[in-house]
Amino acid sequence: MTAPDPLLTVENLALSRGGRALFADVGFSLRPGGLLLLRGPNGAGKSSLLLTLAGVLRPEAGRIDWHAEEPPRVHIVGHQSGVKTRLTLLENLGFWRAVNGPTGISPEAALETVGLGAIGGLDAGYLSAGQTKRLALARLLVTDRPIWLLDEPSASLDTAGDVLVGRLIAARLSSGGAVIAATHDDIPGATETLTLGAPN
Amino acid sequence: MSGLLTILGRDLRLAARTGGDALTLVLFFVMAGAIMPFAIGPDRVLLQKLAPGIIWLAAFLSMLLGLDRLFRADEDDGTLLLFRHAGTPLEAIVAAKLMAHWLLTAVPLLIASPLLAILLSMDTAVWGRTALALLVGTPALTAFGTIGAAVTVSLRRGGLLAPVLILPLSIPVLIFGVASVGAPEGSSAAILFLAAISLVSVAFCPFAAALALRLGSE
Repeated sequence: MTAPDPLLTVENLALSRGGRALFADVGFSLRPGGLLLLRGPNGAGKSSLLLTLAGVLRPEAGRIDWHAEEPPRVHIVGHQSGVKTRLTLLENLGFWRAVNGPTGISPEAALETVGLGAIGGLDAGYLSAGQTKRLALARLLVTDRPIWLLDEPSASLDTAGDVLVGRLIAARLSSGGAVIAATHDDIPGATETLTLGAPN
Repeated sequence: MSGLLTILGRDLRLAARTGGDALTLVLFFVMAGAIMPFAIGPDRVLLQKLAPGIIWLAAFLSMLLGLDRLFRADEDDGTLLLFRHAGTPLEAIVAAKLMAHWLLTAVPLLIASPLLAILLSMDTAVWGRTALALLVGTPALTAFGTIGAAVTVSLRRGGLLAPVLILPLSIPVLIFGVASVGAPEGSSAAILFLAAISLVSVAFCPFAAALALRLGSE
């Protein structure tokens, strides 16, 4: 049996920010079920690489090939949560479900999954940093997209939250998706690790 | 289409819950108009003559003042980044935000305009024509403002830059807006031209603003 076709191939990628080279000659390919961990010290360009893959930053050189998906259907979780503090948890999720398409599970079920099921009617402004992170992760569940780009998904989460992130990623991988995560923690099931060096 | 309505609904709901913004704008509008008599002097005839222009200027300035809010909150909490990967095209999202912004800034001014009309001792008929001109012309101001706000959203302190950028673009709106209040026989041509400016700018500005948002984040 041959390996499935890759979802994403990156070749010789180079990026510089503010006139300073961040990284060069980065290359990898991601197949369905693949989990790529981005590692490296602060300032190595992990977040910038994710933004480049998302098409927000333009690479200096190299090729990003999304194969069948152009433009790619990706979910991004960054440092900013994208959560509106004056809307309730359910309204936040319902909003993203309407904007991105109701292809995932219902907002109620998504809140239940991330452990916020009991406070769906609360304004999101009352959430702690960890709860806000959980709400941001619940957004990935209400719309089904094959590829997740996660920037430090377990930042500000408790131990149970780390387990939750691992479980969500495992579920995404087992249903044929792929995940790229910039993280300093260990996420089980990594198929590949890419370490970015310190900036020069 | 449903995504567009969702964003429109969300912006209106957020504005209703946050409150205050529309009221501040209306207060600025009324006060900007009300201080003119102090500068011009208590000449009733002159004031009556200048009143449509004063109302237009006050509306113009208050709409420019509110521009920075268009994309700022979405930029600050990361929503704008997510919008770029939304299932709804960025152009439709910008169009929805344009509509919401018009409803939240121009409509309160229209509602408050009778108050200013009384302060400036305007005729009811002249006020009616001014309100009609504002109704027809303000969508163009919001549309140009959307471009300005999109260009400056990535600048942390771009607050006053957007008004400065779009002011030259908005001058035709002001010219035809005041002209349509003026002579009754010439007013229909001016108001039609104003409507044309509004329709064209509302149709094209979402594309320009979406492009600016895409380029601006680099």
